[in-house]
Amino acid sequence: MPNPPLFSSDELLRYARHLTLAEIGVAGQAKLKSARVLLVGAGGLGSPAALYLAAAGVGTLGIVDSDVVDLSNLQRQVLHDTAAIGEAKTASARRRISALNPHVNVDTFDERLASANAREIIRGYDLVLDGSDNFPTRYLVNDACVMERRPLVYGSILRFEGQLSLFVVPGGPCYRCLFAEPPPADLVPSCADAGVLGVLPGVIGTLQALEAIKWIVGIGDSAAGRLLVFDALQLRVREIAVRRDPACVVCGDHPTLTELIDYEAWCGASQFADAGTAIEVEALALARVLQEAAAPFVLDVREPWEFAVAHLAGSHLVPLGDLPGRLAELPRNREVVTICHHGARSRTACALLVRAGFSPVRSLAGGLDAWARVVDPTMRRY
Amino acid sequence: MQLTINGDARMIDRADTVEQLLHVLGLDPRAVVVELNRQIIRRPAVAATPVAEGDVIEIVHFVGGG
Repeated sequence: MPNPPLFSSDELLRYARHLTLAEIGVAGQAKLKSARVLLVGAGGLGSPAALYLAAAGVGTLGIVDSDVVDLSNLQRQVLHDTAAIGEAKTASARRRISALNPHVNVDTFDERLASANAREIIRGYDLVLDGSDNFPTRYLVNDACVMERRPLVYGSILRFEGQLSLFVVPGGPCYRCLFAEPPPADLVPSCADAGVLGVLPGVIGTLQALEAIKWIVGIGDSAAGRLLVFDALQLRVREIAVRRDPACVVCGDHPTLTELIDYEAWCGASQFADAGTAIEVEALALARVLQEAAAPFVLDVREPWEFAVAHLAGSHLVPLGDLPGRLAELPRNREVVTICHHGARSRTACALLVRAGFSPVRSLAGGLDAWARVVDPTMRRY
Repeated sequence: MQLTINGDARMIDRADTVEQLLHVLGLDPRAVVVELNRQIIRRPAVAATPVAEGDVIEIVHFVGGG
């Protein structure tokens, strides 16, 4: 009995421009169709990557994300639209991908990638594309990819800078060969705290899709062994050679890290070693003490536009950058609680105030985002 | 001292070590990875690694956003 045809006439037409390319053709398109790619994060990087991989005819896309679509995502996360606000990103992604190319199977994981599930999820795919937005997840993805021997298309972004590489291919380096250990958490801001040009993840996420497709089809020179650093403002690309480190703890000749660890704690440990002076207060505890007679002075260190979106009644606004010159506005006979969006800038402010002799000072853990989650659900999140 | 930093020729006064160079450039050693003549200098070695005329240095920032 003859084998059923690989592609329907609809698919042949859909992929016609690929089939015409000698480097892809029917054989390459068949490789794409049988490929399984896991996207960690359906955010700024995951959005363009998912769209281009789906359009290109990658047979199965897995998407891990536990977030819901937020209005502030739409400046760059082109997989989601205004109607999807409040919806799980995985559900929004599935709908959009199916509308773009119904021949793609979409697996959704509406959960955070964690040490308990990472290896099992990653094992089910041929290649992993990292579009996560934090260092604990980046180290987790890298280590799990090394342990499961899955290539990792790395991309990351902040402000106007993007980075791209291909890690964990035979003989090549892994993320830790370059970034052996994480920076103190307060030192490197997130996109939420420092901003990101919306089109930048479009550039880097699209390059990640490009590297994934080249690897699957087996064409061209990959980004393995080199880190591309893209400067959007200068429109320059630097290329830095990265070699596998034989002493790497996870992919070296004698690895000492052979099981996944608690990445939040590990990345947080270096954070605490640095801003050891920052003592945190949980949102619920702060809500209680604000009812008391000797309520603390609440110092909001975000930017004015953020304050305009949402703030605590009675809080005092001094953006972090202005704080060193405006200490005179703060009381010295009363506890100060510093707050920001997610709790990173407020920790820096807290440490700054302690050094300036203020006491006691505490920082709201998780920022106003945590407050909106556990204390005041009516507060506008962004 | 003439150095090539991130592909650009730069004149730098008084930087004997990688740590001093980062200080002159206003960078925190914990927030970057430094390659000196294509060799990555790990964080514990940054203070003790000398910099010399003509060295080629690449500085990569930790970037985690997505």
